[in-house]
Amino acid sequence: MHNLKRQILAGPYLLWIAGFVLLPVGLILYYALTTTSGQFTVFNITSITASVHWKALVLSLELALLCTVFCLALSYPLAMVLNGMKGKKSSLVVFIFILPMWMNFMLRILAWKMLLSNHGVINTILDMLGLPGLDILNTPSAVVFCMVYDFLPFMVLPIYNAMSRIEKDVIEAARDLGAGGFTVFFKVILPLTMPGVVSGIIMVFVPALTSFAISDLLGGGKVLLIGNVIEQAFMQEYNWNLGSGLSLVLMVFVIASMALMNSHGEEGGTGIC
Amino acid sequence: MLKRSAERIYMFLIFLFLYLPIIVLVILSFNDSKSKVQWGGFTLRWYQRLFSSSSMMEAFGTTILVSLVSALVATLLGTLAALGIDAMKKRGQAIMLGVTDIPLLNADIVTGISMMLLFVRFTRLGLSTVLIAHITFNIPYVILNVLPKLKQSNRTTYEAALDLGATPLYAFYKIIWPQIRPGVFSGFLMAMTMSLDDFSVTYFTKGAGINTLSTMIYTEMRKGIRPEMYALSTILFLIALVLLLFMNFGPSARQKEE
Amino acid sequence: MPAVLRKENNTMKKSLCLPILFLAAFAILSGCGAKDSPDTLTVLNYGKYLEPEVLEQFEEETGIKVEYEEYVTPENMYTKYRAGAIDYDLICTSDYMVEKLIQEGQVQELDFGNIPLSKNLDPVYFEFSKSFDPENKYSLPYFFGTVGILYNKEMVEESEVDSWSILWDEAYSGQIIMADSVRDSFMVPLKILGYSLNTTDEGELKEAQEMLIRQKPLVYSYLVDEAQDEMIAENAAMAVVYSGEAGYALEFNENLAFSVPKEGSNMWIDSWFVPKTAKHKENAEKFLDFLCREDISMMNFDYVYYATPNTKTKEALDPEIQESPTIFPPNEILENCEVLKPLDDISNTNLSILWKEIKAAD
Repeated sequence: MHNLKRQILAGPYLLWIAGFVLLPVGLILYYALTTTSGQFTVFNITSITASVHWKALVLSLELALLCTVFCLALSYPLAMVLNGMKGKKSSLVVFIFILPMWMNFMLRILAWKMLLSNHGVINTILDMLGLPGLDILNTPSAVVFCMVYDFLPFMVLPIYNAMSRIEKDVIEAARDLGAGGFTVFFKVILPLTMPGVVSGIIMVFVPALTSFAISDLLGGGKVLLIGNVIEQAFMQEYNWNLGSGLSLVLMVFVIASMALMNSHGEEGGTGIC
Repeated sequence: MLKRSAERIYMFLIFLFLYLPIIVLVILSFNDSKSKVQWGGFTLRWYQRLFSSSSMMEAFGTTILVSLVSALVATLLGTLAALGIDAMKKRGQAIMLGVTDIPLLNADIVTGISMMLLFVRFTRLGLSTVLIAHITFNIPYVILNVLPKLKQSNRTTYEAALDLGATPLYAFYKIIWPQIRPGVFSGFLMAMTMSLDDFSVTYFTKGAGINTLSTMIYTEMRKGIRPEMYALSTILFLIALVLLLFMNFGPSARQKEE
Repeated sequence: MPAVLRKENNTMKKSLCLPILFLAAFAILSGCGAKDSPDTLTVLNYGKYLEPEVLEQFEEETGIKVEYEEYVTPENMYTKYRAGAIDYDLICTSDYMVEKLIQEGQVQELDFGNIPLSKNLDPVYFEFSKSFDPENKYSLPYFFGTVGILYNKEMVEESEVDSWSILWDEAYSGQIIMADSVRDSFMVPLKILGYSLNTTDEGELKEAQEMLIRQKPLVYSYLVDEAQDEMIAENAAMAVVYSGEAGYALEFNENLAFSVPKEGSNMWIDSWFVPKTAKHKENAEKFLDFLCREDISMMNFDYVYYATPNTKTKEALDPEIQESPTIFPPNEILENCEVLKPLDDISNTNLSILWKEIKAAD
């Protein structure tokens, strides 16, 4: 009896979901499957195979993968170092680490744009040291660089959380049973942090795959990602049907890559909670 | 010992990577020259300009308003929803959680576009559309924070209170609420953080003349970088610093550690 | 985040204010719903194309609240307008886009009786406008100019800048800024090839596209409003820009110069019009009249540095600026220029695909 009453509390949320989540997704589906005059077509979806779109999708996948690999390679050792610290100190370090995340996303892009420009700080320093300049602004490298900067915390935090949950006893038990450093790492620590790694990968890969602002601002109009193609279809070409079709494809890609990751990591979830 | 220092160096390099851009922005915000590399003396000119620029101040206000209001509404709806979901049977819960995942799984750009399609069809874009969009992507964070607390909460006490004649509302307030409060609070904070940092969804759902900091900086950056933006970065960094310091090491944080 | 978010808070009383705040929030939410106040004006304009203080002054003098929105390219503007998500009252855009919208029946006639100060504008420009607005019924000229190459004298061989083909010179690899706008970018190779800017011939467009793809490895970046800053900062040797941008950049860096190549270029005129969806046409006309006022027009000129059709403003300028060939293109240059025309839908789609292919090219 009480249960039924309590279930009603989810009512407003259910209405909200229906109106502002399901209906919009339905609209994307509708636009994706129709022409401008409202006739049924699958052209908008199949146009992902058009050479331009396919190229953009492949480039996005490449850059997102690169970004994820870099983040993972940087984060795992960092999480271990953080985990090795004691109580108060580690919370201070974690604090220092999340602070830049609270700066605005756009300002972080702005900072890198300024640092990397031809006469920017980095090149001036390199120049003073007599080193060759770093001409990466307006190239895919700059885009990956900034993505790593932006998404790094999303990789570190879940891994760190998973690691801090490992009981010291477990590791000691392994040691007592004669396991060496490598064995402990590969047989105990790595498997136990897998869920953290998986959610880290998801949380970095998805925004990297779908971003359009970073490539827009740091790619100098030369780096066309799938996010840019979609954004342009909506904002420049007035072709919402095409944009919706490509969004649908992107959605499928995101869901597929998550399903793939989750099947490897059992209990993924968004480890940041 | 060698390992120790290797660890130190590694941490230092990462922090350099994280903070170098911020440090440079802060220094440049006081630089009396438009150049990005030459020091032209100390000035507060850019701060003055920033505070007298009505578009920047408006964007600042809008950002605060949107993140606060959307996080509040999302917290209310999300907490209610979590209470409801918690009372459901297994299958109902699975369905509800599946739907809750949609905004989380969807790419920002898809969420933004799908909402834009909806709004264009049924209404006009304005501040309220931005709010609705933010609330939508915020609710899941609240639910995911509150639900685990509810699952841990002790139901027998609640039922005992009811048996002893307490009204459900009173029993909830006295027994359940204290147990889920931390979850509600962290859900609220997380929603606010997500909302503050959002760009894509706002970009697609905002009406004429409405800008949050993210969309304003985006438009401005496409016109060239102005030193006022360095000043803005510095201020936002300071705000984040103070807020985080307060939450991590302030009085409430210390109480918990005891 | 967790370290922060996991913190528990003992301020239960404070949490109780949540519902109250929530009510307040809803009040705001419903307050800013689809209200339609008579004292507003929604304006859509190019980026960096109006002195912000002008808006403030207009608001102060008339009490009309201006909602000001910017766009980057004319195609961008067309989409924003046609999306119908915002009811714009007044839009400024380029000749061919105005013409396209007039053809589509999206433009309202202006009541020039409400814009008495339009007499400040030189009739010559209304003559120009007849190419897209034959009876001068729909549009009010704002600024005009050409497209050319802004270059750095220290980095570029000056004798070569008289031709667009310098943009294909490998000596300048990584130092060239192209326009991030379909029609402006295609204009360059079309002119080199000797074709019309308004060609719809697929073969000719394809040829132009191949040239642009060949050029891409040499390009530093594709930009619109940002190009002048990059040139002032000497991050590139040359940029394809609008004349006014060049005029502005020249003021900040004396190494810079501007040239309209001999193959000819595009002459454009940006105008204001009131779209069909406008809800506040009177306010729009009030604003136009305000823009024609001498002092306001001068403020705008100082900000954007494009050729103004306002005779009073022009006369008040330093003779040096009045005679600057960069800001006020002389007739012999204008005669060598072509005006853009709207293309049919099929050619537009074709062109946007060609453009995307350039952007995606390696």
